[in-house]
Amino acid sequence: MVGSKRNSVYSMIVLLPSLILLLIFVYGFIGNSFYVSLTDWGTGAALRENPVKNLIGLENYRRLFTGAIHERFRQDLINAIFYSLFLVAGTLGLGLFLAIMLDKGPKGENILRTIFLFPMALSFVVTGTIWRWIFSPKGGVNLIPTWFGMERGDFLWLSSREKVALFNWQSVPQIIALILFVIFAFMLYGGWKNGRRTQTIWGAVLSGLMLFYAAVLHYLLPPILPYAEFHGFSLATVGIIIAAVWQYSGYTMALYLAGLRGLPVAMYESAKMDGAGDITYYLKIAIPNMWPITLSAIIIISHISLKLFALIFSMAGADNASTGHPSVLMYLITFRANNFAVGAAISVILFLMAALFIIPYLIQSYRARR
Amino acid sequence: MSQNTLRRVSPIVYVMVLAAMVIFLIPIYMALITALKNPAEINLATAWNLPSYPYWQSFVEAYNMLLPSLRNSLVLTITGTVLSALVGSINGFVFSKNRFRGSEIVFTLFLFGMFIPYQIILIPLFQLLRAIGIYGSLYGLILAHVVYGIPITTLIFRNFYDQIPDSLVESARLDGAGFFGLYGRLFLPLSVPGFVVVGIWQFTQIWNEFLWGVTLTKQSSQPVTVGLAQLAGGQAVNWNLPMAGSFLAGFPVLLIYIFFGRYFIRGLLAGSVKE
Repeated sequence: MVGSKRNSVYSMIVLLPSLILLLIFVYGFIGNSFYVSLTDWGTGAALRENPVKNLIGLENYRRLFTGAIHERFRQDLINAIFYSLFLVAGTLGLGLFLAIMLDKGPKGENILRTIFLFPMALSFVVTGTIWRWIFSPKGGVNLIPTWFGMERGDFLWLSSREKVALFNWQSVPQIIALILFVIFAFMLYGGWKNGRRTQTIWGAVLSGLMLFYAAVLHYLLPPILPYAEFHGFSLATVGIIIAAVWQYSGYTMALYLAGLRGLPVAMYESAKMDGAGDITYYLKIAIPNMWPITLSAIIIISHISLKLFALIFSMAGADNASTGHPSVLMYLITFRANNFAVGAAISVILFLMAALFIIPYLIQSYRARR
Repeated sequence: MSQNTLRRVSPIVYVMVLAAMVIFLIPIYMALITALKNPAEINLATAWNLPSYPYWQSFVEAYNMLLPSLRNSLVLTITGTVLSALVGSINGFVFSKNRFRGSEIVFTLFLFGMFIPYQIILIPLFQLLRAIGIYGSLYGLILAHVVYGIPITTLIFRNFYDQIPDSLVESARLDGAGFFGLYGRLFLPLSVPGFVVVGIWQFTQIWNEFLWGVTLTKQSSQPVTVGLAQLAGGQAVNWNLPMAGSFLAGFPVLLIYIFFGRYFIRGLLAGSVKE
């Protein structure tokens, strides 16, 4: 039941302060950051009382993606994608593994769970400081081979400049077009198979357009950069990924363990009756049944991967370009170089990346609640 | 877990969980042995070795260096936690038991605030704090933590109050309890576990926060995360001090985690799998 009319009035009065604060501090500020990103604030005396701000449209974004001086931003963006992919794969894989092990019911489960989860309670600054010591070039992890009579490792965990899986930034539009082509081709196929006309037509048109761009237009249009610029997976990020996986696997373990415990025992028993071993049970029955958990874990972890600022800052330093992330670059450009407009543009890009995951998630949870 | 009471646990499982446990504890081991070494004994080549004797002086030194920032963090964390928990409690009460037309939309608008990367609000926040003259003070940080804490505290309290049966609310209303009477006399006394979950969650979040700490404070108002980053950030660092500092900075949250782990996990799950 919904309360009486008077209750509704009280409800709104009580909520009003919070609502106003959030409208200003969340929605107003997001709008303001977006506005700042369209200006040239930061070229003159940026910290003056009334700094000069001229609207320059999307110029900051154009420079970030195709300007000569922002090469680091482009590598940072690539790093961010790899951080997300590896963090999701690592925490889901390890978390699931740990959950299955605990689901088998070893003794001392409480202690084990506590040990796997405690890193989550700690600040990235605390764990980052410790991991930085573990990954120091001449000590820590690099000493492990010497235990087995081998030479000390010489990998520069946090400062290696090596990159693998190189690609030319000029071909990024083509790559994106090809990815979209595959997505739209699936849409076309699904529509055609299920006899949905509008979906078939849209799928055909969009996939055709993408293929046309990738195969023809891309070569006719001027390149986005006047010269070839190579980016790839920066090996120095491996150490940070390991530390982040260590810190968040306990979390996915907790999610999956709750999921496994939530599955009906009958499911396990009937699988056993049909002659399925443990491996078959987990692979074919338990994991597919936990798809909703996997989905929300992917969303949450992708979202956490955008917040690696403190870990990168304390492990590798803000100035370390090999381990860079847009959030770190945003800090450098805004608070060290006082270039607020470009900093705001980077923050908007980060925000849009997060919104990609969050808005569908919020809409879905809103529908579920109603 | 009744399925396991009948089964014997394979030794392979024990080997696996033991290996995982050792790997998970490596950073703690490294931090502890390094913090306990005499600085003269710290050497990259012997990084894994135990200290020849425990040298406690590093903890004292790190404590003295971090003391101002520890004090700031304590004030900031306690104030921020209490205020955001109170706001979250009354908001949660509204969203759970006093729904009105459009309250779900308002709630979704609230939730959005906890999922944004905080970089997107950083420049306007910095500007606003400068404009109202609290930039660089603890007040600015407290304000930020209270405002951006509203979504999660509201969510946790809403989920908590959802478990209180509507029939109880109905009968209290029939007995003449109004909006505030219902909240003050029925819900608030029942809210202790909710306050524990929210309190622990906010305490760890605020204590651990770094981005605002490093951008919105001055030397005198630094929280401990920033203090630790500075302690560890110098070029020629003596590693015993950062490691001892890590323990000091991690100690309060670790203590909470060990004693109230159950509630911590509940807060953790509230932000993800609920609904």
